[in-house]
Amino acid sequence: MHEFILYIQSYLDSDRTPGGAGNIFWATVYILLVFGGLSVAVIAMNWLERKILAHMQVRLGPMRVGPHGLLQPIADAIKLLLKEDIIPAEADAFVFWIAPFIVVLAAFTVFVVVPFGPTHAITDMNIGILFMLGVSSLSVLGVVMAGWASNSHYPLIGALRSSAQMVSYEVAMGLAVLSVILMTSLNAQSTGTLSMIGIVQAQLAQGEWFIFKFFPLGLIGFFIFAIAMVAETNRAPFDLPEAESELTAGFHTEYSGFRWSLFFLAEYSAMIAVSSIAVTLWLGGWLRPFPNWLSGPTWDSIFSFVPGITFLLFAAICFFNTARMPKHPLFKIQTMGLAGFGVVLGLIGLALFLEPVRVRVNDIFWFAAKVAGFMYLYIWYRGTFPRYRFDQLMKVGWKVLLPTGLALLILTAIMGMRTELWAQLQEVWHGL
Amino acid sequence: MNPPVATPFFFYLLAGTMVIGGILVITRKNAVHSALALITALLAQAGLYLMLYAPFVAGVQIILYAGGIMVLFLFVIMLISIERAEKERQFNKQWLVGIIAAAALGGLFIAVYTTTTKGKALFPEGRMTYGESQNTQQIAALLFDRHAGQYMFAFEIASLLLLVAIIGAVVMAKKRI
Repeated sequence: MHEFILYIQSYLDSDRTPGGAGNIFWATVYILLVFGGLSVAVIAMNWLERKILAHMQVRLGPMRVGPHGLLQPIADAIKLLLKEDIIPAEADAFVFWIAPFIVVLAAFTVFVVVPFGPTHAITDMNIGILFMLGVSSLSVLGVVMAGWASNSHYPLIGALRSSAQMVSYEVAMGLAVLSVILMTSLNAQSTGTLSMIGIVQAQLAQGEWFIFKFFPLGLIGFFIFAIAMVAETNRAPFDLPEAESELTAGFHTEYSGFRWSLFFLAEYSAMIAVSSIAVTLWLGGWLRPFPNWLSGPTWDSIFSFVPGITFLLFAAICFFNTARMPKHPLFKIQTMGLAGFGVVLGLIGLALFLEPVRVRVNDIFWFAAKVAGFMYLYIWYRGTFPRYRFDQLMKVGWKVLLPTGLALLILTAIMGMRTELWAQLQEVWHGL
Repeated sequence: MNPPVATPFFFYLLAGTMVIGGILVITRKNAVHSALALITALLAQAGLYLMLYAPFVAGVQIILYAGGIMVLFLFVIMLISIERAEKERQFNKQWLVGIIAAAALGGLFIAVYTTTTKGKALFPEGRMTYGESQNTQQIAALLFDRHAGQYMFAFEIASLLLLVAIIGAVVMAKKRI
């Protein structure tokens, strides 16, 4: 028992990830934390998407279950779990059964390398970004299997569209990622890195986020990735595999109940995964704003209060809306519920002011805040853009993003080597 | 120091998965099931690369074979009518030639494994323990380094071969260019 406690404590003053330190106990704890956090994020995202989309369309959205529909996701989850799980008679039962698990597995496994902080990742791999792209590309297999195994026309067409779309946008995505990896090699040893933590540390060392590197090259790479990642996750305006107006629900038409909710879970966690790639590669990962310009312990402590203040702000919004609730006795429980939610948010905010919590949670907060910005963008796209036609989709992927990505890669290489190239040119010039 | 993760248990697990996957590829009647078995075998192979302290090769194996090529395979296979495909003959009559070729290859493997030159086996005796934290950089050095790089030419020739194949595919698929 004593040895076990020593084993647990041995990691606490380590400056590495639990996977890097080889501590199985903390690795398990981190895995459970990431899994739980993701599930909560997906539930919150479900509510937020319905609410924000509704407000964009001048509707109220869910209002009945809980105050402002806050309990709606829970009601939905219970409904989905209690629904009958139907396997169509003509379906290929085994493939139909296993397809949702493959999609979920691929969507969750990538979080092994996502760096929420310099030590807050399950592990740091030498091939981090390659692992993320590779494993997330496996999810298309699950989609294809689901569409084929349903033995029905709409799912098959949805699966065909999805595989074509994901394979073509992966190429553009890879090129944008490569330009970032070239940027990481701009150091004294001129050695780049594929490790997710290494990429963020390279941004810290070079003193700027890669979105601003070699302006506008970093920005162009970021835009290519930002477009490709929406297509990769099958979201509007690239949601052709599940276009409701043409294909009912695309590849998961025949799925119901628990299996359908697995697809739903996988879609949202894949969205979070690609957003965290974008945040890590271009937006400085866990780094707070201006880590070099506004450096020093004073600024550090000022910025470390931001998470607590944010949560207190959320609590204040809750209390403001509690005051605005109708005064009718029928709304009594709802008003109390909203006030209770506000109290919980406020307590979280106060807990974030405590010294030990504040220091440890700071980087996770900045990472999550940046990812949340991307999640809002996803909803915004869905509320704004009309769906692409399939030939337009292919045209954007192959004729716009791919050549731009290739040009970007070459230009980034030239910019990175510009002093050496200039010296060579002068040598040639003098030789003439 | 951490104990090595790559215990024999994992080798037997991955190798067994690969062999079973390989057998399923040729015995399944349904082409989609064969393709899925092939994917399983390829993923297990990626695991074997990891055991050989080559994470970069494992990552490339997953992203190219399991994520790219096999998706295109499935893409084509899905459009085949299963009812007609299941009525067709699964094996051809060249089992004699096949057995001879397989036996010759197996014999070659055993011969290479048992041969010793100057009292030394061709295979390294100990397990290689490279630091996997530098694997990507080491591959880059083997390819591109000015002094240690020796595989640049072979690498570029392979790329040229692929380019020729791509152009060939485009020429054959498109009637009017």
